[in-house]
Amino acid sequence: MEPILFILFGAIAVGGAIMVVTRKHPMASALYLILTLFAVAALFVLRQAHFLAAIQVIVYAGAVVVLFIFVIMLINVPENKLPMERLTGLRLLGVVVAGLLILETAILARRFAMPAGPTADAGSVQAVGRALFTDYLLAFEITSVLLLAAVIGAIALAKRKI
Amino acid sequence: MVTGILDYIWLVPALPLLGVLLNGAIALFCERPLLLAEAAHGDGGHGHGDAHTVDKAHGTHSLGPSSLGTSAPVGEGHGASPAPYRKLVAFIGPAVVGAAFVVSVLAVLALAARPAHDRFFVQVLFPWIQAGGFSAPAALQLDPLSSVMILVVTGVGFLIHVYSAGYMSHEKAFARYFVYLNLFTFAMLTLVLGSNYLVMFVGWEGVGLCSYLLIGYWYEKKSASDAGKKAFIVNRIGDFGFMLGVFLIFWTFGTVNYTEVFAKVPFLSSSGVLTTEIATAITLLLFIGAIGKSAQIPLYVWLPDAMEGPTPVSALIHAATMVTAGVYMVARSNALFLLSPVSMGVVATVGAATAIFSATIGITQNDIKRVLAYSTVSQLGYMFLACGVGAFTAGIFHLMTHAFFKALLFLGSGSVIHALSGEQDMRKMGSLKKHLPITFTTMFIATLAIAGIPGLSGFFSKDEILWKAFSSEHGHIALWAVAALAAGITAFYMFRLVFLTFFGESRMEPEVEKHVHESPYSMTVPLMLLAVLSVVGGWIGIPEVLKGHNYFEEWLAPVFSHGAAGAHGAAHHPVALELGLMAGSVAVALCGIGLAYYLYRVRTNKPKEIAEAVPGLYDVVLNKYYVDEIYDFLFVRRIVNGSIVLWQAFDVAFIDGIVNGIASAVRGAGEGVRRLQTGVVGNYAFSLLLGAVLLVGYILTR
Amino acid sequence: MMEPTAYLLLSGILFGIGVAGVVARKNALIILMSVEIMLNAVNVAFIAVGSHLGDPTGSIFAFMVMTVAAAEAAVGLAILIAIFRLKETIDITELSVLKW
Repeated sequence: MEPILFILFGAIAVGGAIMVVTRKHPMASALYLILTLFAVAALFVLRQAHFLAAIQVIVYAGAVVVLFIFVIMLINVPENKLPMERLTGLRLLGVVVAGLLILETAILARRFAMPAGPTADAGSVQAVGRALFTDYLLAFEITSVLLLAAVIGAIALAKRKI
Repeated sequence: MVTGILDYIWLVPALPLLGVLLNGAIALFCERPLLLAEAAHGDGGHGHGDAHTVDKAHGTHSLGPSSLGTSAPVGEGHGASPAPYRKLVAFIGPAVVGAAFVVSVLAVLALAARPAHDRFFVQVLFPWIQAGGFSAPAALQLDPLSSVMILVVTGVGFLIHVYSAGYMSHEKAFARYFVYLNLFTFAMLTLVLGSNYLVMFVGWEGVGLCSYLLIGYWYEKKSASDAGKKAFIVNRIGDFGFMLGVFLIFWTFGTVNYTEVFAKVPFLSSSGVLTTEIATAITLLLFIGAIGKSAQIPLYVWLPDAMEGPTPVSALIHAATMVTAGVYMVARSNALFLLSPVSMGVVATVGAATAIFSATIGITQNDIKRVLAYSTVSQLGYMFLACGVGAFTAGIFHLMTHAFFKALLFLGSGSVIHALSGEQDMRKMGSLKKHLPITFTTMFIATLAIAGIPGLSGFFSKDEILWKAFSSEHGHIALWAVAALAAGITAFYMFRLVFLTFFGESRMEPEVEKHVHESPYSMTVPLMLLAVLSVVGGWIGIPEVLKGHNYFEEWLAPVFSHGAAGAHGAAHHPVALELGLMAGSVAVALCGIGLAYYLYRVRTNKPKEIAEAVPGLYDVVLNKYYVDEIYDFLFVRRIVNGSIVLWQAFDVAFIDGIVNGIASAVRGAGEGVRRLQTGVVGNYAFSLLLGAVLLVGYILTR
Repeated sequence: MMEPTAYLLLSGILFGIGVAGVVARKNALIILMSVEIMLNAVNVAFIAVGSHLGDPTGSIFAFMVMTVAAAEAAVGLAILIAIFRLKETIDITELSVLKW
């Protein structure tokens, strides 16, 4: 069962990603990004990482992409003034090299050989919560500081007047 | 106290060096700013006015009248108001050499106080070169031979320094002159006092350098700077041979210190290491150095050109001291020369050939200094002839007496030139006897000495050479005949010089004649002292046959103990033969004088008639047998052209090409690489990606 | 649960697509979105291996990545707005002041 679902959601994710990268209008890209993020969330569920799947939907699809859409709306570049995108020269080469990277990753993936650990639900809310507030408490607190800094920074950058 | 003075022998070269430093400081800080300021002011002030005046503002010494500024000074700042530093320099320059002379005298007296076999003193100043088994300390050696040399160099040098203070008093670059002159004295003393061939070589090169500096003293004049270069380059050819000789000495003996080398000679020659061939090679190479330094055939060509320098320089360097360095070197190495009959023959033949060759050139020259220059070359030939036949003592004896009368002749001619406001052509002189009495008297004495008139110094030394050329076992009658003939020619051209300059009707230019005057005391007193020496200087070497005692030979005996072959020769010949030959050489000299008297006092038109009768021959001799032109065609042209090719092909194309090429390559690379900075973020991201891919790829394939 | 190999391959593919987007697009917004895809791909890898090993650390790390991604998206978009106000364009080829 799992492999079939994996292939399904994986294909959706990949397809969505390709669409994100190839659309002309950023709005279309944003929508396909949502699709991709949902597919990835589904994959997380498939791996029993329920907590993170939830977080993915709430934070990523729910906040980050919304932010993107807001900005697209604010910037509001009209259709005809969108940058002309021609895949020439260095860009093409970039895509090719990216393909190379994928190939290398594939080779690396084939070599993966780690023994399976206890199949406890390590991705459940309880487990993650426990780890987060005991082993990784410092990191947790620092991320809150990071988010504070990001908020202040974003406001400062995007204000019209100081 | 007397023997303690020997420990201060280092003062002898050190005092002139002190003079260099002091005068050099004065020249740098007092004189140079003055000259630079005057040059700038002279350019702006005079504009393109009188070219003659501008010349004088730049301190150019032309051969024309009033260049020495003794007559009405036309230029500005031409010694009109002497700066105070000049008096200081005029004191320091001669004083250091005078002090060195005093120390030398005391040192030689101390040496003489020792018994004859013990007259030897070495003072090591510092280790200098110590490499494995080879050691060449910077050390001074005082023995009979070097003592003669230091007395001559410091004594005659002192008189010439004093003379220069008067002669050069109107020169702009006064301090520079004395710096160079003191430097020369220092180098010459190093040369003669060195205890090994390397210290001698340091002095050897030093005198060559100072010769260049002093010949080209008036460097604004092209002929002077060319002459300086010529002297240095021709000297260098000789130096190359000298160096090879020293290398060969080191290779054979393992050392270059005199005492060690000469002590090893008997042992090495008997053991077969020092074969005649090697000795011949060593001595011929050393002799090449002497040929260059002492102006023998074929490297004499620089000496006549060296007359472009100031006259006191010609007196000191090119008569009394530097050119005698070659003779000193050969005499010092007598132990090596005596091992090779071939070398002895070469030395004697070259000496005799040079003596007669340059004497023939001397009879046609019209410049008073050129006559003296060729005369010097000729007399140097005599000294080498003496060494070549084993009569080293006679060679050094002639070196000493020649220093006296040749320096006197040069200084006297300087006095004449000074009186005539720069005129050097003898055809424009005459009747100076009444205008310049002191100069005339002293020069006449010197001329008698060089002609070999009995009683004067030149007679004794020259006669000893002639006798040894005839009688020594290395000698040959042909050598004697050539030398005697050359003596006759010498007497002829020297008296020609005297008659043309001092006797007869005045042929001077009217402008010049108005300002003719005798020289000041600073110039005439040295002349008088040298005249006295020219007379009595020979009396220490009166041969046995004339009931005298050759003190000179006795003094030098420890150094030339190997040269006893010469003395043996004398024992085999009857006294009458020696006296007869002596009378013969005097007769030849008198013939020369008589011929000169006939041609230049009685039938004064005869010389011109003879010249017109054989115009071709006359031209050839007048133009010094076109030797310079031949050299130019054979060697100089080719070397210059070769150098031009090397310069263009190698230096410009290759070396500059490489250097500039590297610069262009770097710039080209820079121009290429800068295009990586496009400012577009996507490109930068691409390079990140590329790097990551390559890195991962590397890790994968490792 | 299946072996994480396939998930890792998927992660690689997503990452490659994201990188291609960053390199090849001119529109700054789309570049930022491609960065989000890349970060997601990394998260997939983390979760896959983490759940295979039964270690919550994988989830924790993915959580951190997500947080940082959110912060970075916010700040990046703020910068984009500021630039747009100045230059009236979001074409990165026209934003190349620091060029040769």
